[in-house]
Amino acid sequence: MLPAPTPAPPAAPTANPAEAVLTIANVSLAFGENHVLQDFSLTLLRGENIVVMGKSGAGKSVLIKCVIGLLQTDSGTITVLGQDVAALDHNGLDRLRTKLGFLFQSNALYDSMTVRDNLLFPLRRQWLTHTPAQEAELVKQALEDVGLADTAAKMPAELSGGMRKRIALARTLILRPEIILYDEPTTGLDPITGREIDHLIREVQKKYNTSALIISHDLACVRLTADRVALLSEGRCYAEDTYAGMQANADPQVHDFFV
Amino acid sequence: MSVSSILAETGTVTRFAGRVFREGFRPRFEVQELLYQCYVIGYQSLPLVGLTGFIMGLVLTLRLRPTMVQFGADSWIPVMVGMTIIQEMGPIITGLMVAGKVGSNIGAELSSMRVTEQIDAMSVSGTNPFKYLVVTRVLAATLMVPVLTVLSDAIGLFAAYVGINTNGVTTVALFTNQIVARLTFGDVLPAVIKTFFFGFAIGLIGCYKGYYADKGTEGVGRAANSAVVAGSLAVFLLDLLAVLISSLLGLY
Repeated sequence: MLPAPTPAPPAAPTANPAEAVLTIANVSLAFGENHVLQDFSLTLLRGENIVVMGKSGAGKSVLIKCVIGLLQTDSGTITVLGQDVAALDHNGLDRLRTKLGFLFQSNALYDSMTVRDNLLFPLRRQWLTHTPAQEAELVKQALEDVGLADTAAKMPAELSGGMRKRIALARTLILRPEIILYDEPTTGLDPITGREIDHLIREVQKKYNTSALIISHDLACVRLTADRVALLSEGRCYAEDTYAGMQANADPQVHDFFV
Repeated sequence: MSVSSILAETGTVTRFAGRVFREGFRPRFEVQELLYQCYVIGYQSLPLVGLTGFIMGLVLTLRLRPTMVQFGADSWIPVMVGMTIIQEMGPIITGLMVAGKVGSNIGAELSSMRVTEQIDAMSVSGTNPFKYLVVTRVLAATLMVPVLTVLSDAIGLFAAYVGINTNGVTTVALFTNQIVARLTFGDVLPAVIKTFFFGFAIGLIGCYKGYYADKGTEGVGRAANSAVVAGSLAVFLLDLLAVLISSLLGLY
């Protein structure tokens, strides 16, 4: 859609396509007696989209919050772009987060800021320096990427649900992340807007060569966005395959999700 | 609420206060956000605090006058009203107004940010939300409540002057001289110092209630409500403590 940005480093398109950018190995996490994750393992390759499915309350959102360091695991390791998340100090985690994007289920746009300030917030807080002209260009480009170029001066409250989701994605894209974590990106949206978001996820993947871990139980979203699908059940990765493979799986637990 | 739960809550708030000091002295310093919060807490509260200060000064003077006249002590009105405003009424009324306006605002703002994952979004954006949201608000409240109190005192004294002049003529010089001649550092200093603690308590409690709010809209309402109640109670308790300490030190 637009020329590549000048200030921020783009994702490495020349890297080995089979390289694992995210490895979740034998991760367990319990809240009291509730064992949310038990020996969960999954590997995300560069340029790949994996959708993690599971029942509500199965621990899908907990899983991606562990990946980005918002929650600490009890055991196991999570390696993101070659770095063990648990071993990083605060500054190390901040630096790693410049390469990770997180799209919150509730969008988490800052109510008190305009769309422009929402987009500039991560840019100004990270260990990156940009001139005002570069900042303006990045904001313009991020908004054009999500098809909302004329909303910079608006407040989040003035936008529809779908627009807020797009702005949240633009805020994620502005740092040019190598991996994007999507927490239920189409939940609460009408089917048409949901499909638009699904296509946007694919466009972002192609344009910036991002890898994505997507949490969803919206079958249309899974079909349109997933290169691979993982089923989270009873805290572990119960099944893992392509969408077609999962659909053809005769196991009742897997089959029930794809009816 | 049982005694043990009150003690447990006090312990948690104390640890929260400890974290404010630990994070507050460690870079990076959020100067821009601190200045913005000083504007919000200080400047935007000024009309409310000023109005209550004016009413307080006027009402005190008008209510005191008949009694003082009865005892032939109407020339003592400026001193009595001045002392009351500077030592007690100014700090207390300002503290309560700020606890109501700012405490509820902080509690509701932070709790809604918690509920809508905005605080998590800050963490993901490479910002320490505790430092950005909590430390700045607590520090701004600590700095602004004394400023607001001094301004409220001044407005209250002006209202007292207006009140006295409704029943006769007193010059500004005489009114001022009568108050200043009777005031000592022991009268003014503890009254100003305690307002720093009022501001700290209001900011701290508002942030604590908001930052650890329960999920859901009910949690937002509860956080705002309990921030006001606990903040106002803290103002009274700290005032009692200040009076006891001042008495022990022989300042009164």
